Amino acid sequence: MDISTSYLGLELKSPLVPSASPLSQNLDNIRLMEDVGAGAVVMHSLFEEQINIASIEVDHYLSHGAESYGEALSYFPEMDSYEVGPETYLEHIAKAKSKVDMPVIASLNGISSGGWTKYAALMQQAGADAIELNMYYIPTDPDLSSAEVETMYLKTLRRVCEKVHIPVSVKLSPFFSSIPNIAKKMTGLGAKGLVMFNRFYQPDLDIELFEVTPNLTLSTSDELRLPLRWTAILYKRIQADIAITGGVHSATDVVKGLLAGANITMMAAELLKNGIHRIADIESDLRDWMEQNEYSSVSQMRGSMSQINTKEPAAFERANYMKVLRSIQQDPTGKLWW
Amino acid sequence: MDGNEAAAHVAFRTNEVIAIYPITPASPMGEWADLWSVKSQKNIWGDIPKVVEMQSEGGAAGAVHGALQGGSLTTTFTASQGLLLMLPNMYKIAGELTPTVFHIAARSVATQALSIFGDHSDVMAARSTGWGMLFANSVQEAMDFALISQAATLQSRIPFLHVFDGFRTSHEIAKIEVIPDKVIQKMIDPELVKAHRNRGMNPNKPFIRGTAQNPDVFFQSRETVNPYYLATPEIVESVMKDFKKKTGRSYKLFDYTGANDAERVIVIMGSGADTVEETVQYLSKKGEKIGVVKVRLFRPFSMEHLIKALPKTVQTIAVLDRTKEPGGMGEPLYQDVVTALIEDQSSETPKFERIPRITGGRYGLSSKEFTPGMVKAIFDETAKDYPKNHFTIGINDDVTHTSLPFDPDFDIETRKTTKAVFWGLGSDGTVGANKNSIKIIGEETELNAQGYFVYDSKKSGAKTISHLRFGPDPVNRPYLIRNADFVGVHQFGFLQRYDTLALASKGATVLLNSPFDDKTVWKNLPNKVQKQILDKELKLYVIDAYKVAREANLGIRINTVMQTCFFAISNVLPKKQAIEKIKEYIEKTYSKRGKTIVEMNFRAVDMSLEHLHEVTIPKRATSNIKMSGALPAESPEFVQNVIAEIINGNGDNLPVSALPCDGTYPSNTTKWEKRDIAMEIPVWDPDICIQCGKCVMACPHAVIRSKVVPVELLAEAPDAFKFSKARFKELPDQQYTLQVSVDDCTGCSLCVEVCPAKDKTNLSRKALNMESKLPIQEQEEANWNFFVDLPSMKIKEHTEMEFNKTKETQLLDPYFEFSGACAGCGETPYLSLLTRLFGDRMVVANATGCSSIYGGNLPTTPWSTDSNGCGPAWNNSLFEDNAEFGLGMRLSIDKQTETAVNLLKQMRGKEIPESLAEHLISSDQSTEEEIKNQQHRVDELLKRLSHKPNSTARRLEEFADSLIKKSVWIIGGDGWAYDIGFGGLDHVLASGKNVNVLVMDTEVYSNTGGQASKATGLGAIAKFAAGGKPTPKKDLGRIAMNYGYVYVAQVAMGANENQLIKAFKEAESYEGPSLIIAYSHCIAHGIDMSKGLDQQKLANQSGHWPIYRYDPRLRLEGKNPLQLDSRAPKIPLKDYIYNEQRYKLLTQTHPRKARELLKEAQDWVDGHWKSLEEMAKEPVTETNEQE
Repeated sequence: MDISTSYLGLELKSPLVPSASPLSQNLDNIRLMEDVGAGAVVMHSLFEEQINIASIEVDHYLSHGAESYGEALSYFPEMDSYEVGPETYLEHIAKAKSKVDMPVIASLNGISSGGWTKYAALMQQAGADAIELNMYYIPTDPDLSSAEVETMYLKTLRRVCEKVHIPVSVKLSPFFSSIPNIAKKMTGLGAKGLVMFNRFYQPDLDIELFEVTPNLTLSTSDELRLPLRWTAILYKRIQADIAITGGVHSATDVVKGLLAGANITMMAAELLKNGIHRIADIESDLRDWMEQNEYSSVSQMRGSMSQINTKEPAAFERANYMKVLRSIQQDPTGKLWW
Repeated sequence: MDGNEAAAHVAFRTNEVIAIYPITPASPMGEWADLWSVKSQKNIWGDIPKVVEMQSEGGAAGAVHGALQGGSLTTTFTASQGLLLMLPNMYKIAGELTPTVFHIAARSVATQALSIFGDHSDVMAARSTGWGMLFANSVQEAMDFALISQAATLQSRIPFLHVFDGFRTSHEIAKIEVIPDKVIQKMIDPELVKAHRNRGMNPNKPFIRGTAQNPDVFFQSRETVNPYYLATPEIVESVMKDFKKKTGRSYKLFDYTGANDAERVIVIMGSGADTVEETVQYLSKKGEKIGVVKVRLFRPFSMEHLIKALPKTVQTIAVLDRTKEPGGMGEPLYQDVVTALIEDQSSETPKFERIPRITGGRYGLSSKEFTPGMVKAIFDETAKDYPKNHFTIGINDDVTHTSLPFDPDFDIETRKTTKAVFWGLGSDGTVGANKNSIKIIGEETELNAQGYFVYDSKKSGAKTISHLRFGPDPVNRPYLIRNADFVGVHQFGFLQRYDTLALASKGATVLLNSPFDDKTVWKNLPNKVQKQILDKELKLYVIDAYKVAREANLGIRINTVMQTCFFAISNVLPKKQAIEKIKEYIEKTYSKRGKTIVEMNFRAVDMSLEHLHEVTIPKRATSNIKMSGALPAESPEFVQNVIAEIINGNGDNLPVSALPCDGTYPSNTTKWEKRDIAMEIPVWDPDICIQCGKCVMACPHAVIRSKVVPVELLAEAPDAFKFSKARFKELPDQQYTLQVSVDDCTGCSLCVEVCPAKDKTNLSRKALNMESKLPIQEQEEANWNFFVDLPSMKIKEHTEMEFNKTKETQLLDPYFEFSGACAGCGETPYLSLLTRLFGDRMVVANATGCSSIYGGNLPTTPWSTDSNGCGPAWNNSLFEDNAEFGLGMRLSIDKQTETAVNLLKQMRGKEIPESLAEHLISSDQSTEEEIKNQQHRVDELLKRLSHKPNSTARRLEEFADSLIKKSVWIIGGDGWAYDIGFGGLDHVLASGKNVNVLVMDTEVYSNTGGQASKATGLGAIAKFAAGGKPTPKKDLGRIAMNYGYVYVAQVAMGANENQLIKAFKEAESYEGPSLIIAYSHCIAHGIDMSKGLDQQKLANQSGHWPIYRYDPRLRLEGKNPLQLDSRAPKIPLKDYIYNEQRYKLLTQTHPRKARELLKEAQDWVDGHWKSLEEMAKEPVTETNEQE
């Protein structure tokens, strides 16, 4: 049984890929991922803000209060180097590459027009096999049109693609007016893959302290349906590989993703919650499913239930909405059932 | 490099064990040693020296002694009181003929006051220990003599003090020739090292050393060492010759410079010798027959070499000592020279026909300037027939008339040297930029370079003055610049406050950081400054450095901007080359902090040149702006005449008669020193305010005050004065007002952060919001003046209030206000609160450290008084003895009370009514009301006594006040309580006496720049623990609780204010020893200081800082004395510690170790909490009760 797949032109031994998460900050974890069957690893993200903040912070606190008072001309010992910002990240990529054979995909997260995109080239130099570009912008200016926002995304992508020869994928937000259109434009600029979708740190409101607090909850399998739909719709409609991320927790989820048209399925929450060894369990379950359903390879599965291959293309469109509504029943207490 | 680094460079390479302890100005030597060892740098034998921090200098000396006896080459670094603590071991080390070198940044010993600055009083106290003493005069010599003394000690077996002047040499940056390691290696004879090791203790060849001896042999044994001392001068001389061969630099035991036929000679040692030498060279060229003997080897004193060094023609010798021995016939060097000359004269072959006339004088105490003008004055005096003996120079002694007059304008500096002076703020990076400039010029050109920096004694809004010299000739001038070719004024406000241009020479260039451009700046200059510019024909350049820095994302750090401008207009280097080099050095300095920082600074360099403009100087001074500096007319006479002079930078001009003879200064003086340093201030919105008082409690500088007053008192209030209906049930129908003293505020914004009241419709607005000061400054000054005259609440009078909560204590006036502590300090809010509760009857023993500096460093003190003139009586003894010092105060008060009671007993029923005497003797003074009643009884007693003629009555009058309860507080930081003073603290707690100890625990030696103490947390980076502290914090509270009869509380204002108030009150009311350990966030934690109280809360929530109270009185009620006021930890430790750079840095320097230590720390915190919980649950047993 062949579960190998290709993604961004890279040969992967498995479609199971840990997505960007804190797990990849530890080299031992990365090695374990490979040992238990991961096809590749997406490194934790290097954030545009992080490139500057750590440096600025170290600089600020080493200088703060220094050279002011004769008895205390500084407050910290001055070391030869500090692992701040991208240098550490780049070294980490290089170390990861030396430890594993599977492809290592670097993740770069940002949106502004700053100089941070040059780190794509440095990631390539550090040995990354591909770059996953994670862009998300929260427009707050009512005068900023969606077209302008899209232009911003495309500019950034172009800038990154110009700087590297390794493949670049884009991790998308699901909140575009026309996902197929932006996907097409992105592939036109050189994106070799689409990762669907980004999950954001959504602010929450603390109603006791009256404060806005950052919050990130781990995904559940329910969230799979959003990327599943768009994967099914985009499969073969755009010239790019597709990775599903967000809501992949079991072999069932993986199977669904592959059937919809994904090249790979990524997971983080499942591994964070239940451990990296889950990759092996899921692979085993995947193989069982394939055996039971007489699939001999992942490539055979891929896209077999995509929109263009399904008996019911409308199921992925608005018509399906009516079908769902009709199936909803209300019980006497007012509770909804479907 | 500076003198400390120069000495440490050699010490590190030539030793195997290094014991360290922080003390200014020697701390950096220990810091270098620790840092180098963490970086695995090696000594000349290829090993990494073992560096260990001890609990005190006494401990360091003991460890050194032991390591030496173990056969290792061992050293330490110290100064001042630290050296004094080493003396007992030094006698032993010398008595055992043990080779070692202690490197000393010589500093004043505390007498009428502590001083961190340089003189020789510390090393002179070590004269009788039997140590050799070699004096280095400059940074170069600090390195050279470190090696020479190391080589000499091994050869002679006499231990050496290698001495250089604190600050003047230890902190001066100079271009020097670094001794190559190969040379160091060659200077250290391996056979001598082996011999030292062979003398070490070893069970394979056992012996005993350190015996006790009796009258029969002790004396003779003492004389056995004579040959070694006799041989030492020759040994040092030969080492110096060897050193010259290897390096080309020549030194003699006594170096003479001057005319061969000199008639007048000065003998001197230390950095001042270079000033004399330079002046001698200058005056000799003018035909004066003068010379100088620079004393290198002071001990063993070689009479023979001194006599040899003096020209035969000398008729008068002036010996200068940088120390004072009150009551002596003269200072040490003077006495030695007199003795030497008399002995020579009594010898068979005297050198001189007639013994030269010898005078002695004191100079330069506590780094007092010693200038060529002073040297000339001394030579002029020696030319007189009867020159003044036992003179002083550099001051105006109008009391005993010891001082010589001198010409302050006498200038011998050549035009070839570029002299630049920079006025800056600590926070703007001026000093750092100047240090960088020296590096650029020193390392990249043939020019010599020197930098010396004058710092403020305030920790917030601190002013710095940098003195830089560059030139083709040697620029080793150990005195400040008086005629600068370049003056940089990096703060526009300084122009009005200080006479910045007084140091500019004619035609000098002035660079001004100005918010006004080249077209508008002139009219915004004070009139005096305009006149100086015109009179001295100064060239003026301006740049809005803050604007440029902001645009380059550098915030308020204008260092790069001003440095670029300096190079652009000073012509020290060709402009293009200078800019290239600035960028190169930015890369060198900042690349380790990340490329971002480098790029930001590059941008600032480029932008600076575009924004720098020369000002066209008008022909006349037209400004109406006057210089500030005058203190309010209502300030006391002493404040106006003395304190004001010190504030304005004119302290050097104060004569001896102006100053107190015993170090006693008035309290309540910070209020006259309006420092006006905040850019933004908190502004109160009474409509949002809930009157909780948190801001009042949290304010580190006690600039936010609140009062509740009847509305009629507000009738005359200024229009902008704000108030609202008071929400206090005990104070119905009154008005609440909250006011900020804007000129005392540091703008730290801690108050805004702690404010819980938010605007319901706009949650970003609170009851306090930071706003720009300038537009409302005048209005708020008027409001403050009105506010201070409103009646304050008195704890003894308002008995309707319990003052158990922040809401209530806010209404009490603090007796600690407007300190110069760091903006956002975590210690001072505790002191303000403490004084609110007990201030009018407090006696305070304050350990040396941050609190003794912001509490007692001249010019002003925050310890204040009330309208009755009462307030805390404050004193600082030493670092190590504070608990004992405070206990002494308690004993003294108790003794006086006892005497008063005895006298009362003698008079009771006779002159004093029985009931009054009985009440006076046995009154319960456990509440403020009771204390007030006792005060009334004492008043009554005094009234009655005044009519009694007998001596018992007179004596009781003297002691009557001691019948009123006094509150003794022993206050200090963790360096004192956990380390150097722990032995004493332990004893004082064990004594059972009624003292209250407040430890403001910053978990680090804050005052000396952040060295680790035993209070430092596991995994925190600190100096002396550059690799992360590997052991957990000492549990001082648990140690004290073990006694069973000590009241112990651990508190954190940010965690629970009301628990803190409760702890203060319980501790004070407990008739036994009390210990309160207070978490104090600190600038040395690397945190946003405005979030200090949030960090306190997190420290508590993570379990790092559980709060509790252990009250032995509870046992009498059958209860467990330990009450946990914390809940079980609810956040992981990392959520607290990684908000702080002290912990986070380890993840950036030693990530793996950081992970390991975090785990250990979390385990420790969990275990610690569990054990506290268990202890709090323990049933009270009979045995416990008996305890």
